[in-house]
Amino acid sequence: MAEKRKIDARGSFCPGPLMELIAGIKAANVGDELEVLSTDRGSAADIPEWIKKVGHELLTTTEENGVWHITVRKTK
Amino acid sequence: MVSDKISIILVSELREDLQMAGMIASVGAVSGNSVSVLISMNALKYFLKGASDKAPVAGHMGEMLDRKKAPSFKTLFEQAAELGDARIHPCSMAMDVLGVEWRDLDTFLKEPMGLTKFLDDARGGQVWSF
Repeated sequence: MAEKRKIDARGSFCPGPLMELIAGIKAANVGDELEVLSTDRGSAADIPEWIKKVGHELLTTTEENGVWHITVRKTK
Repeated sequence: MVSDKISIILVSELREDLQMAGMIASVGAVSGNSVSVLISMNALKYFLKGASDKAPVAGHMGEMLDRKKAPSFKTLFEQAAELGDARIHPCSMAMDVLGVEWRDLDTFLKEPMGLTKFLDDARGGQVWSF
């Protein structure tokens, strides 16, 4: 059964949030959803690019009070 | 998933250089590139087991990196190796000059490599030096 997991990378600078997400994806199962929280503007742009490049599924990207919430589903 | 080859030659002891090299190594490696790093000259001392990653800064940005929560460059190289299968090699010449053995270096460093093989392997890909 797919799980949902939150990765709190607030306060970390590029490429910290991306690397934390990747570590989470490595540990996750196919179908799991991971939501990364980031206050780094560069990472908010880079993480969706990385997801697209490696072929996972970007579910949502939202920003609230300077915090980006990026949700991805592991597809492979 | 390997689509490109990135080779990084790291010789600087400055924080900004080490940070940018680590960023390229880690992001490059986890994005499907085949990444190789050769660590030589003044950079090698930071990769001795137990060595501090406190590096002198070149300017304002280096000071800010210290103050803010930027990942340490050693963490970035370690993540490049562990999450992205980057191959990080100490330069055999620099090891000879420093008088250190492979076992004296951080465990995520692969076997010592000479410049001839590194350059041969780098052929046809991007080469970055810091």
